[in-house]
Amino acid sequence: MANIIEGVKYTKEHEWVKIEGETALEGLTDYAQSELSDIVMVEPPEVGRKVKVGEPVGTIEAVKAVNDLYAGLNGEIIEINEKVVNDPSIINKDPYGEGWLFKIKVDDLKQVETLLTPEQYKALIAKQ
Amino acid sequence: MLKKTPFYEMHVKNGGRIVEFAGFLMPVQFEGIIHEHRTVRTGVGVFDVSHMGEIEILGKDRSKFANYLTTNDASKLELNQVQYATMLYPDAGIVDDLLVYNLKDRILLIVNAANTDKDYQWIVNNKKYDIDIKNISDDIGQLAIQGPKAEFTMQKLFDLDLSTLKYYWATEVKMKDIPVLLSRTGYTGEDGFEVYVDKKYAVQCWQMIFDAGAEHNIKPIGLGARDTLRFEMRYCLYGNDIDKTTNPLEAGLGWVVKFDKGDFIGRDSLLKIEEAGIKRKLIGFEVIGKGIPRPHQEIHAEDGKIGFVTSGTFSPSMNKGMGIGYVEKPHNKVGTRIKVIGKTPVDAEIIKGPFYKHGTHK
Repeated sequence: MANIIEGVKYTKEHEWVKIEGETALEGLTDYAQSELSDIVMVEPPEVGRKVKVGEPVGTIEAVKAVNDLYAGLNGEIIEINEKVVNDPSIINKDPYGEGWLFKIKVDDLKQVETLLTPEQYKALIAKQ
Repeated sequence: MLKKTPFYEMHVKNGGRIVEFAGFLMPVQFEGIIHEHRTVRTGVGVFDVSHMGEIEILGKDRSKFANYLTTNDASKLELNQVQYATMLYPDAGIVDDLLVYNLKDRILLIVNAANTDKDYQWIVNNKKYDIDIKNISDDIGQLAIQGPKAEFTMQKLFDLDLSTLKYYWATEVKMKDIPVLLSRTGYTGEDGFEVYVDKKYAVQCWQMIFDAGAEHNIKPIGLGARDTLRFEMRYCLYGNDIDKTTNPLEAGLGWVVKFDKGDFIGRDSLLKIEEAGIKRKLIGFEVIGKGIPRPHQEIHAEDGKIGFVTSGTFSPSMNKGMGIGYVEKPHNKVGTRIKVIGKTPVDAEIIKGPFYKHGTHK
């Protein structure tokens, strides 16, 4: 059973978003890493890139599958996790912690309301 | 209606992730593709390959017919010897790649799961001489036991000294008290065996093998690792690297084509292709830097498209992206720099031979 943690929001694209002041940390959910299995490559967006919700900003590859990465909120990429670029298996081991992907400086914090709560995300993956 | 192999319940019990493959419900992975891949490269793993098709050729002219049907020289097969071959359409496109077992009272053809019905129909339609053809695929369970620890594992189950069973030889023998067909074959690049058993004994057979391999930490292996293992050896996969639009010469399978053995289906066309010279070649390449090639992506040289990827994945042994694909001659030479066109184009170089060079197969 996939681990769904409290204290973060979720997207339909199976990413988690953690608000820290005016920035948001994003990563892949436990469900997504488990579905992908053995993540072997991460291509994150570049620092400084302006991103919009729903647009692909990077890719994540497993042995047999390729997935797009999406931004959960509008804003600017201010940091990427170089550790997971060098060792993508960290995402499989610790998707909500060490395996975070990138940090966004959020344009409008009100947009957070559009993200899924843990309960809603749980309901979403129950249907899959 | 999707089929289940006799081992389906074992896969579910072992936590296999079940997917549809070639009309069967098959495990794509258990603990993870990379982990399973390494189990086979360093220890021993068991693949359920019961989805593969088994077609028997019976009757006194069976060897003559097999020789007409396939590109390799089946007349050279000694009793209990096994041969890799292709079957061709008259235009030299590949019907399938297969194993030919020359057994005491029959020839047994092992064909790709997705092709079993098509192949059976093809063989029946081309029937000649005094023979009978039987598709026994639904009655047989098949396991591949592969890895450097395969012989230690399997030896416990046979009176026969397995070191005497050489690569690409078979024997009809008892595994403890179960009659099986055992061959030293596989598609992983490692030493190993394949066991064919009546489905009524299949689960018992599985249990015996896992008990025997317990001390070597034997594990079930899914289709995902089966693919990465064969890929690293650059073994062809029908439907990816070869199909009815490719011929064995361009696929690098000229070594299983014997023009001098007499007539076989596709011979005339293939001879013409050989005389005219092949236009493209199946090559292997490694990515320079980052990136993972994927099937169907275009391969480019400086001046544009020269081919396409047929198999591409992350190679667990080499720890990088690698690929197999067709490129037009003369771009096929080892050392040629190419670009693989995915979302982000990736630089790659054509390299020689199998990607993984330390396989234990003999």
